[in-house]
Amino acid sequence: MSTKSTENPHFQDHLMEHHHEENFFTKYIFTMDHKMIGKQFLVTGMFMGIIGVMMSMLFRLELAYPEQSFPILEFFLGKWAPDGVMSPDIYLALVTIHGTIMVFFVLTAGLSGTFSNLLIPLQIGARDMASGFLNALSYWFFAMSSIVMVVSLFVESGPASAGWTVYPPLSALPQAMPGSGAGMTLWLISMTLFIVGSLLGSLNYIVTVLNMRTKGMSMTRLPLTIWAFLVTAVLGVLSFPVLLSAALLLMFDRLLGTSFYLSDIFMGGEVLSYSGGSPVLYQHLFWFLGHPEVYIILLPALGISSEVIATNARKPIFGYRAMVGSILAIAFLSFIVWGHHMFITGMNPFLGSVFTFTTLLIAIPSAVKAFNYITTLWKGNIQYTPAMMFSIGLVSTFVTGGLTGVILGDSALDINVHDTYFVVAHFHIVMGLSAIFGMFAGVYHWYPKMYGRMMNKSMGYAHFWLTFITAYGVFFPMHFLGMAGLPRRYYSNTAFPMFDNLADINVLITYFAIIGGIAQLIFIFNFFYSIWRGPKASQNPWKANSLEWTTPVEHLHGNWPGEIPVVHRWAYDYSKPGAEEDFIPQNVPLAEGEESGH
Amino acid sequence: MNTVSIIVLVVLAILTLVQVMRISEVSSEIQGGKDNEVSEKDNDTQGRLMLLVGMGFVISVLVMYFSWGRLSLPEPSSAHGSEIDGLWNVSMLIINIVFFIVQPILFYFAYKYRGKKGTKAVHFAHNNKLELFWTVVPALALAVLIIWGLNVWSTLMMPENDEEPIVIELYAQQFNWTVRYSGSDNALGFASVYDIEGANILGVDTQDAASADDIVTKELHLPVGKPVSFQFRAQDVIHSAYFPHFRAQMNCVPGATTNFQFTPTITTAEIRQNKDVKRHVEEVNAIRTAKGEDVWDFNYVLLCNKICGAAHYNMQMDIIVETEDEYKAWLNEQKTVAETL
Repeated sequence: MSTKSTENPHFQDHLMEHHHEENFFTKYIFTMDHKMIGKQFLVTGMFMGIIGVMMSMLFRLELAYPEQSFPILEFFLGKWAPDGVMSPDIYLALVTIHGTIMVFFVLTAGLSGTFSNLLIPLQIGARDMASGFLNALSYWFFAMSSIVMVVSLFVESGPASAGWTVYPPLSALPQAMPGSGAGMTLWLISMTLFIVGSLLGSLNYIVTVLNMRTKGMSMTRLPLTIWAFLVTAVLGVLSFPVLLSAALLLMFDRLLGTSFYLSDIFMGGEVLSYSGGSPVLYQHLFWFLGHPEVYIILLPALGISSEVIATNARKPIFGYRAMVGSILAIAFLSFIVWGHHMFITGMNPFLGSVFTFTTLLIAIPSAVKAFNYITTLWKGNIQYTPAMMFSIGLVSTFVTGGLTGVILGDSALDINVHDTYFVVAHFHIVMGLSAIFGMFAGVYHWYPKMYGRMMNKSMGYAHFWLTFITAYGVFFPMHFLGMAGLPRRYYSNTAFPMFDNLADINVLITYFAIIGGIAQLIFIFNFFYSIWRGPKASQNPWKANSLEWTTPVEHLHGNWPGEIPVVHRWAYDYSKPGAEEDFIPQNVPLAEGEESGH
Repeated sequence: MNTVSIIVLVVLAILTLVQVMRISEVSSEIQGGKDNEVSEKDNDTQGRLMLLVGMGFVISVLVMYFSWGRLSLPEPSSAHGSEIDGLWNVSMLIINIVFFIVQPILFYFAYKYRGKKGTKAVHFAHNNKLELFWTVVPALALAVLIIWGLNVWSTLMMPENDEEPIVIELYAQQFNWTVRYSGSDNALGFASVYDIEGANILGVDTQDAASADDIVTKELHLPVGKPVSFQFRAQDVIHSAYFPHFRAQMNCVPGATTNFQFTPTITTAEIRQNKDVKRHVEEVNAIRTAKGEDVWDFNYVLLCNKICGAAHYNMQMDIIVETEDEYKAWLNEQKTVAETL
């Protein structure tokens, strides 16, 4: 079954004959080629990322200098910042849309969409995805969802403002806040489109990995990237439909007057006609996606860094089977921990105990992964490509942020830091930074595969160091704000004199945030400059083993000009004793007397 | 005009960058270097930077602990708070030990094994003993934390009471808190949003016998040393009652009643004499007088900690913990529901 496509010569011929003339639209816009679709996801994700990061710079400005006037705020926010002073309403909108964009549009679609599409067929030895049409459709749903989300920024009553988790009743009732009007409806439409796109993509990834591997590519020979993408897709297929239903029910409550999440509400001088619903039900549905979502974001980054670290340490990834096992363990556990976001919602304390238990268990496979990365570096011959720098940065942030998870996953300790800046620090470091570092590593590493050219390495180094230092500079001090009891999502801390002595730290964080945000221009410049002007890439610039580097630099539909290569070994035969070179690509047959590890 | 000149400047800056890149690429081509290939010099420089910046990060974390450790909340003012803080301190100790071992090792390896020409990496694909070791050790540490944590959690959530706790309702709405004391019968009268009318802002059912002695106030006074069982209600959206100094928090959910019990152990007057609190107050007042703002005196405070709308950041109420006599005296001055409604 697994090698059906390659054994059928007519199927190959069929693909190879597709060399009809392509115009701009069929090549770049309505393409069904997985490599181009991957690039579409990346560029759209980057565009959304720029919006998301700029929003964070705006609200950081307000947090450092609360209620002060800045012309730049009026320039970007218009009526929402009269005389350059940001209003509380738009502050909440900015944090909401920043979260939504970064979590879903950048780190889900931009990360997993880009690299699953680019790498799955190339690394398993397939000519394309199982269904090119569904794949294109998946991108187009994502593109539409992005457009709707951007449009929602411009509606009269402002974009969604109830936090990226959009808990009802705040998000359900337009009279509760301006952002719960048309902006919220558009948010829900956008997310519905997003989920449909994500499901189409995920199904395609699963089918492709399971059925279209080339001859010899057994599951235990798959690069860890593919394992990560596969498990991510499974997580997505199982959890996104639950968010879809949560969003639809919320839409019913908003538009049709149902009471799934609403009950006994008095607002605007009258009792509203909702009864019998529960806002906590929404939270259960949301976090049933929401927690696996953390790993939908993180696992592709971990897969990418496994590949990049092994390649550039010139060593096999340490403990391949343990790495696969820990991906599976994390994925399984991620489905039974969602309640740790809800310890203080008043749910049954026994449930709190169960979720504490399962949550802290995740630390075990996570620790295994961290130690295996570090052991892979041990006695390596590390080649410092920008991708490698970001991967090492990922290991550092994964450890730092993962450790505070041990605190927050403990229900008794969560009580006092729940929804404080301690949480903001934790998830930005462990999920935000790790995933974005993994994404940067992926872009730098596979840029030659995407565009046939190299990115400038000096700019890559500058980009890494500025990003790494400012990222920690922004998020590490937030732990101390949280331990002082400072709640998140506060427009200003001036209403509480007890927080006055935290103002200096907020200013410091904002400096780091602005420098870090501006430093991303280096990356953006390097990215677009190199598309046209970068030096031409060689076929295998990093001397890597996996199959994507056996394809020609010039893209062609069907990936390989002749036969699909046959795989004889796993992807991590680096520095193998007895071999002349320090790498042996997967399609090289075993030498006489050579032992195959996998 | 301003905008135009900014755009022109940005365009010029980008053009300059492009030209600089071209020149550097051409010059490296002339020198015969294969452009953008990672050289031994790069490995050396970046490897050293890894050590330098990595250790710099680890040291700056230490500096942060020393200079900002004082910002943490003062000692807990509730009976269960010391249990939470005990568990917190041990958990923090464990994760800090791991942090200060693992991060330096990571950056040291990144430096030590930076690529050098002529060397070959060691082919070391797995080692079951090693992997077992770092599966079992975290598992043991976590087993301790899980068991301890669950113990603390159950004592918090299912407290055993020697005396009957005082029942107090906290009522949340956009954007303020209201308190309802249960009065001499220690039972709250029935209340619902359907009974909200005029001055009866909590929707107390005045027909319910238990409601007659209820007392509705905008101040939260608590007697020291007495267990208090809080019942939380919300009238519009979800709020969260956050008592940071008492290590207590519970969401207030429309359509449901939630609860949390704790025993205050330190009066407001006593905590003001705490040396950490005194230093905190001095620090804050130095900042406030410099800005020309009123001087602040420490008070326990109740915050809203679940996003609830525009003024979420200012939904607060002072909490006054006092001796039982003071508390009773204050409560006696308040009017009951029977008197007001």
